[in-house]
Amino acid sequence: MKLHEYQAKQVFADAGIPTPDSRLASTVEEVMDAVDEIGYPAAIKAQVHVGGRGKAGGIEIATSAEEAREAAESILGMDLKGYTVEKVLVEAGVDFENELYVGITMDRGEGEPVAMVSTEGGVDIESVAHDTPEKIAREHIDPAFGLHPYQARKVVFEAGIPKDVAMDVASILGTLYDLYESKDASEIEINPVMITSNREVVAADAVMNIDEDALFRQPELAEMEDEAAGDELEAKANEYGFDYVRLSGNVGIIGNGAGLVMTTLDLVDYYGGSPANFLDIGGGAKAERVTHALDMVFADENVDSVVFNIFGGITRGDEVAKGINEALAQFDEIPKPVVVRLAGTNAAEGMEILNEDLVQVEGTLEDAVQRAVKNAEEVTQ
Amino acid sequence: MSIFVDDDTRVVVQGITGGEGKFHTEQMLEYGTNVVAGAVPGKGGQEVAGVPVYDTVDEAVDAEDADASVVFVPPSFAGDAVFEALDTDLDLVVAITEGIPTQDMAKVNKRLSEVDTRLLGPNCPGIITPGEAKLGILPGNIFESGDVGLVSRSGTLTYQVVSNLTERGIGQTTAIGIGGDPIIGTSFVDALEAFEADQDTKAVVMCGEIGGEDEEQAARYIAQNMDTPVAGFIAGRTAPPGKRMGHAGAIVSGSGTGTAESKIGALNDAGVPVGDTPNEVADHIEDFL
Repeated sequence: MKLHEYQAKQVFADAGIPTPDSRLASTVEEVMDAVDEIGYPAAIKAQVHVGGRGKAGGIEIATSAEEAREAAESILGMDLKGYTVEKVLVEAGVDFENELYVGITMDRGEGEPVAMVSTEGGVDIESVAHDTPEKIAREHIDPAFGLHPYQARKVVFEAGIPKDVAMDVASILGTLYDLYESKDASEIEINPVMITSNREVVAADAVMNIDEDALFRQPELAEMEDEAAGDELEAKANEYGFDYVRLSGNVGIIGNGAGLVMTTLDLVDYYGGSPANFLDIGGGAKAERVTHALDMVFADENVDSVVFNIFGGITRGDEVAKGINEALAQFDEIPKPVVVRLAGTNAAEGMEILNEDLVQVEGTLEDAVQRAVKNAEEVTQ
Repeated sequence: MSIFVDDDTRVVVQGITGGEGKFHTEQMLEYGTNVVAGAVPGKGGQEVAGVPVYDTVDEAVDAEDADASVVFVPPSFAGDAVFEALDTDLDLVVAITEGIPTQDMAKVNKRLSEVDTRLLGPNCPGIITPGEAKLGILPGNIFESGDVGLVSRSGTLTYQVVSNLTERGIGQTTAIGIGGDPIIGTSFVDALEAFEADQDTKAVVMCGEIGGEDEEQAARYIAQNMDTPVAGFIAGRTAPPGKRMGHAGAIVSGSGTGTAESKIGALNDAGVPVGDTPNEVADHIEDFL
């Protein structure tokens, strides 16, 4: 789960990391009130979950009321890589001399968090990591002990941070690790940390992603989850507790288990079709869950055909069949053709229950996928 | 022969009194697994499916001479349950639980480096040596004893590939689900090493997926150390970058690492044929035997 910049900045500020004076605004009038209080120059920054906001026109610097109004009008309501901007952060502009990068993430290869510091801030840090990895200093952190202060100093000096601000940057890094651990972050990053002409250190941006599996013990962060920021169907899937990802094709895919559902997607592609979504109903799904899954996929107007692929272990074929029957019983006419493949636990019982007037049944994964692809082709022709 | 578990393995079930724990204990017993004890804090003295329950793993191991545990404990307590198991000098701990916070697993991983126990999972279906023992939730009836080893990051994909093998009369030595989380105990390399050392394993199936670099590491290991032929499958070719595809670990980073393409390329370079479909994986295995 990603926090918005304004949310992450609030978390950082509460922990004592210096951030610029800022206000959240969702109308042009609110932006004008905010700049009145903050003064000029002011940055007006779109609050959407996309990278490269600045390049896409989502961040403007205003030096006058006229510019502030223009920026507010152009950014609020704009479409930024598929997301509509509904909120902006109005923030005091920082007069800076240097831009640095600091961040902490999980190095899954090592199974340990790693702190990263670089003098190359304010740019796409992933390109820096790729093209000039030597410009990012790294320090692994023993999760049992946390980041020792000496380690924070070591990585800051190694990165070549100017000596007069090195201790301040090390202190910010220490606070970031405390937040990373206490808030169950999967990634936490400031890009850039700005060094002002007074040699003060300020967090000019804030990135914080939270481990979704740990939200049960982070109730205040779970409340920040901005469902409106995502796709409407993805928000609905969240409500049902499905793993769901919307894609651009027209073959709807429902299955159990992440690996098998991914494989079903891949096979749709392999046989010349295009997947509309990834939907994993999870292990042990009961009939009602299956009904919700079918309703969700039918609700996506891009879907021209559906393939249901179940290999039961914990999940039972008879429960799945019941759910499919119930979902389809709601309709006078089935909205899109549904191909079903059932294998594993209680598959034979499921096949007996399944109403074959409503669905097409196939015995193998390959046959089911090919038939669903063909069904979708017939609709588009 | 087999790796990691056989009909001598003596199992403690942590969380045996819960719904999943009870159901799968019955399934494991029915399969012939020696489930000798359960461990649930505060439930010591009870019995589940004829198996005695103890308050601590330590007591259970002492009393019943167990050498492995299976963890069916909810995610908020599962990290602690694995720590408890690691404190008792077991040979093997199998963590079935899905959704353990990553930072809890980072701490478990650290402890793991200090003890002599093998951890499988978490978020895995478990391990089965057909006809001898199964530890976990795998549907026993699709497996058959034979000479192919299987290691996979995904449960249902394991079932799919095994059914493709079994339908052709190709049985398995041992099938292992290593789990789909970013931080896991036993890796592909660990499993491949054990299969390579097992005289009875004549070929190995390795099912990977997008995310991380474990498959690339496995490819290097295969190229340098393995005589036993390996066939592969990689799920997630069509996954868009930045989206979590169900498994916590199945996410392609924006910078292009962990893609299906890079994994398939690495495996092909190591001489491992990668099937476009699960059925093609079985074709490759058939060619090896």
